[in-house]
Amino acid sequence: FYLTPPQVNSILKANEYSFKVPEFDGKNVSSVLGFDSNQLPANAPIEDRRSAATCLQTRGMLLGVFDGHAGCACAQAVSERLFYYIAVSLLPHETLLEIENAVENGRALLPILQWHKHPNDYFSKEASKLYFNSLRTYWQELIDLNSGETTDVREALINAFKRLDNDISLEAQVGDPNSFLNYLVLRVAFSGATACVAHVDGVDLHIANTGDSRAMLGVQEEDGSWSAVNLSYDHNAQNEHEVERVKMEHPKSEEKSLVKQDRLLGLLMPFRAFGDVKFKWSIELQKRVIESGPDQLNDNEYTKFIPPNYYTPPYLTAEPEVIHHKLRPQDKFLVLATDGLWETMHRQDVARIVGEYLTGVHHQQPIAVGGYKVTLGQMHGLLTERRARISSVFEDQNAATHLIRHAVGNNEFGTVDHERLSKMLSLPEELARMYRDDITIIVVQFNSHVIGAY
Amino acid sequence: AAGMFLRLLSDIQWRAAHPKWRRMTSSQRSTSTTAEPHPVSLPAQAQVVICGGGIMGTSVAYHLSKMGWKDVVLLEQGRLAAGTTRFCAGIVSTARPVSIDLKMAHYSNKLYLQLEQETGVPTGYMKTGSISLAQTQDRLISLKRIASSLNVMGIPCEIISPKKVVQLHPLINIHDLVGAMYVPEDALVSSANVSLALATAASRNGVQIHERTSVSHVTVQKGRVTGVETDRGRIQCEYFVNCAGQWAYELGHSGEEPVHIPLHACEHFYLLTHPLEKPLSSSLPTVFDPDGRIYIRNWQGGILSGGFEKNPKPLFTEGRNQLEIQNLQEDWDHFGPLLSALLRRMPGLETLQIMQLVNCPESFTPDMRCIMGESPTARGYFVLAGMNSAGISYGGGAGKYLAEWMVNGYPSENVWPLDLKRFGTLQSSRTFLRHRVMEVMPLMCDLKVPRWDFQTGRQLRTSPLYDRLDAQGARWMEKHGFERVKYFVPPGKDLLDLDHSKTFYKPDWFDIVGSEVKCCKEAVCVIDMSSFTKFEISSTGDQALESLQYLFSNDLDVPVGHVVHTGMLNEKGGYENDCSIARLSKRSFFMISPTDQQVHCWAWLKKRLPDDSNLIMEDVTWKYTALNLIGPRAVDVLSELSYAPMTAEHFPSLFCKEMSVGYANGIRVMSITHTGEPGFVLYIPIEYALHVYNEVMNMGQKYGIRNAGYYALRSLRIEKFFAFWGQDLDAFTTPMECGREFQVKLEKGMQFLGQEALLEQKQNGVYKRFTMFILEDHDTDMDLWPWWGEPIFRNGRYVGKTTSSAYSYTLERHVCLGFVHHFDEKTGEELVVTTDFINQGEYEIDIAGQRFQAKAKLYPFSSLFTQRRRKDEVELSGYQRE
Repeated sequence: FYLTPPQVNSILKANEYSFKVPEFDGKNVSSVLGFDSNQLPANAPIEDRRSAATCLQTRGMLLGVFDGHAGCACAQAVSERLFYYIAVSLLPHETLLEIENAVENGRALLPILQWHKHPNDYFSKEASKLYFNSLRTYWQELIDLNSGETTDVREALINAFKRLDNDISLEAQVGDPNSFLNYLVLRVAFSGATACVAHVDGVDLHIANTGDSRAMLGVQEEDGSWSAVNLSYDHNAQNEHEVERVKMEHPKSEEKSLVKQDRLLGLLMPFRAFGDVKFKWSIELQKRVIESGPDQLNDNEYTKFIPPNYYTPPYLTAEPEVIHHKLRPQDKFLVLATDGLWETMHRQDVARIVGEYLTGVHHQQPIAVGGYKVTLGQMHGLLTERRARISSVFEDQNAATHLIRHAVGNNEFGTVDHERLSKMLSLPEELARMYRDDITIIVVQFNSHVIGAY
Repeated sequence: AAGMFLRLLSDIQWRAAHPKWRRMTSSQRSTSTTAEPHPVSLPAQAQVVICGGGIMGTSVAYHLSKMGWKDVVLLEQGRLAAGTTRFCAGIVSTARPVSIDLKMAHYSNKLYLQLEQETGVPTGYMKTGSISLAQTQDRLISLKRIASSLNVMGIPCEIISPKKVVQLHPLINIHDLVGAMYVPEDALVSSANVSLALATAASRNGVQIHERTSVSHVTVQKGRVTGVETDRGRIQCEYFVNCAGQWAYELGHSGEEPVHIPLHACEHFYLLTHPLEKPLSSSLPTVFDPDGRIYIRNWQGGILSGGFEKNPKPLFTEGRNQLEIQNLQEDWDHFGPLLSALLRRMPGLETLQIMQLVNCPESFTPDMRCIMGESPTARGYFVLAGMNSAGISYGGGAGKYLAEWMVNGYPSENVWPLDLKRFGTLQSSRTFLRHRVMEVMPLMCDLKVPRWDFQTGRQLRTSPLYDRLDAQGARWMEKHGFERVKYFVPPGKDLLDLDHSKTFYKPDWFDIVGSEVKCCKEAVCVIDMSSFTKFEISSTGDQALESLQYLFSNDLDVPVGHVVHTGMLNEKGGYENDCSIARLSKRSFFMISPTDQQVHCWAWLKKRLPDDSNLIMEDVTWKYTALNLIGPRAVDVLSELSYAPMTAEHFPSLFCKEMSVGYANGIRVMSITHTGEPGFVLYIPIEYALHVYNEVMNMGQKYGIRNAGYYALRSLRIEKFFAFWGQDLDAFTTPMECGREFQVKLEKGMQFLGQEALLEQKQNGVYKRFTMFILEDHDTDMDLWPWWGEPIFRNGRYVGKTTSSAYSYTLERHVCLGFVHHFDEKTGEELVVTTDFINQGEYEIDIAGQRFQAKAKLYPFSSLFTQRRRKDEVELSGYQRE
């Protein structure tokens, strides 16, 4: 039994989303042309999340992918909340005051973010009040702290990440009288999520990364070929600096037990994450919260389980590593993706596939015979191949979809094999996770003309 | 080798252009390419100025000078033969479905054959023959139809089997072929050299040729060409000939009085290869593979192959820009499908090395036929352009016809299908042209079955009832931009979709049209005929009557309210137009002509009506919607709607009266139907159209009224032996030749145009006779249907061609109309055709090579008429063309 090509397409395209930055007077003045995003579930329900929004009170655009573990609650919360924390961190003092005054007097709030959401990207209505109150407390503190200095993007990103993780932790400790919300905040805190967020403002690109999702820049070399530049470091056991950092933060006696089987405390793959209070709270706090919590929490073996060799928490942080990059005209696109993609594809292949897709859609380099010796048969073969390539590109209107098609369907020769694609996509739910992870991809396309003019 | 070829070419160009080249020594010649560009200044005046030094311009110059017009100046903006002419493939092919195209190509071939001998300029003429391949049975049918018409023209041609194809051209893969057509006398030429040879001959005859001279615009005063402005000064002239190829449109629009020349350029690609290991013979036939959309000719031991792709690339829509012909890019991806077709046809060429992909723009016209003739608005402004990629094939013939037109007032053949005046301003929108040529270019190779129609550029002119009729199942065709109903598909009845209904056999609308015809015969039908051209001519005194009496052959001095069918004849008595004229009052006339007469008839009358401000002619085509009520119950419907008696005593045949219909007043009702059936045509001011239509349909219900279309009309008129202008009648046909002497009043007491010629014919007899043929042994269900252009054989000898045909639901037979000639058996000389000659023959009609017995008749079946009428009352006219 095989899926037909249209069936395959409908699965691959179910979650695809595209956004084009609107033009003014026929000109796009933003350094971002737009973005394509998509996700393919392996878990049911999917534990990955994605977010994209334009900052309305400051300049710039925010894009992020979030890889949840131990459920999707934390990834969901972070995908809803993190950009607000970043936007607020970036706001100048006067704007914060204006917003606070508006809330105080029940006036309409200045919009902070314009979201670019796929219909499947939902926000939880029930928690919005709770989340809002936490956010408001944050900006009130920012107002009180008024340093008078202009906000640095790096600092804002780090503060926002840390503050949100702190709020997640606090909300779980305090609890909520509403039993649904009470259970929700606990699930958020006891599950975890990595985050890889890009902030683009003109030629300034900041990547804030927590965990093992990855940001990669697609660069077109002078000869037209494509190369990849990493704009984030994976926070996992493969990263020596990260292992070093963890070891530095704990007594020498724990050195052996800190990283086992390439996992933090032998359990957790990412070395940085949101939520995951089991790796942050003291044993006493964990026990107290669980005992006073709802029955569902008590029945869950995972939450009750205390990691072995748990002596000097916290072992985990949500603090991101921030990399700043000045965009150049040859920087054509940025790929943000969860580890589901990077497990299956090398970044160099990702750069090539996306690069050829993005340029191929617009113009394929014309062939000229010139002085070369070409036979009719050779030319015919060449043209047939080019037509086939175009048709596979034209099947996808979305660079992220195109990348997923390759990630899932590529055979050993690096070309999409329909049979393989069909097999991978028709795996039953319980098997899917064994062959592939959730994949979430955002491909941001840059406007070289604008970047070149800076 | 290509470089060499081009260098050679520019050398010859220069020599031809240089007035003293014959005296130059060869050593001077080789260095002369750097000589000053303008050795001779322009003359201040000339009789004729030709713009364009391609094949068309040089051919016109050649023929004009041969006919004795020597005060001719040819201007070329760049170098002679440097545009499309230089780049084109140089194939001379006579296999053309349209008769006038075929004649042009045939003449060109004969001209080029002896051109080298005549001029001393090598033309590269090589008689190779051509093979047209058929991959399907339908394609073979269309080739057989062409073969029939080539054969009767005396052009050798045969339908051959795939096996024979391989004998003629060993490289061809024949596995997917069902047959082919072989035309052994088709040829190859070096097109640029042909053009240079024509220029050389013209220049010897006194034509002045100036290169690097651009025409900026043409000046026109009082509707006449007075001169040409160039970048090197002004030339006064009486005649201007626009042979500017793909720039003809723009040049036409550059003057104050625009001349609309509807053509548009498309990129056209062909491939040149290096020679084969064993170089191809230069006498190898040219191959046309229309199903693969390609042509293949031998070229310097290798091949030259191009085609007409499905997705053409139009260019220069916004006019001329920096993109010049020389700079156009090769586009291999675009050429890919054609390359596949080439390798499928000749798999042995896989290893052949590519030399170049040439991008050579060609200009195309809205109806795939070239554009020739005089501007309807500027006298002396002639045009020859828009060759639809067959410039070399047509060049000689087209130049000859245009030269004849200028010198004699009209060419020696009927060129109405090519006449510039078949178009109006409505076809000159850039958007329309761009869209239409994108359909036309692929059509070059598409199979064309009877009654195919263009799909682009539609819904331009419509009747106010368009939406109403469309909602009732109308299927549409287009004429002169106007949407007209073919037939109505009854609700719940599915016709085949477009692709499947393309057939040379019995069409899927057969029963539908049959029931419409039946309704016309037994009850009443409504046909919207609003597309007809309508003029009103009036004057303060008798000027209108006097002028029209001179311009029309019938007597128009009839009582007010009478309708007269009459020809608008030329000096030779031929039909320039065939119309109905109603005398609205003593001094005003209402004239109804065929749809595509709008430009031609207007120009013809404008040119000949006296310049008198008290004589007014107005085009009122857009003011009236015309509903044709056909059938025995039309009388009842109309009298109930108007409370006026409509019977023959009160409203005789060929009568016109303004009356009220329903609430609407001022409806011009005429007792004609253009079919010979009883009924009326209602000319309704457009604001009343919907009201009158609704009233007619409501009232008609009890009489069984229904909508009908032009296919029903055609069936009715052809079984009644009605000739239609543009289809059966043309400028070379006189009323005497089609049994319409009764529409000519030789003794109406005053001179009229064509009178002398008709008098002579009356005395000496006619040389062709319009005849009706009933197919005897033709099986409507199984046999190929006749269309038009089928050869007619009398006692086994070719005597003429059909001009139209239809299935008669009354006779249950096919009826073909056509002209019978009498060629002397030995000399081929045309002899007088007598009634006895017609009646005493055994006839056959050749449909795609198969002959069917036919009965010839000179008069319609009187039994078809339910009511007997006086002979001169019988309506014998009509206009619509299919």
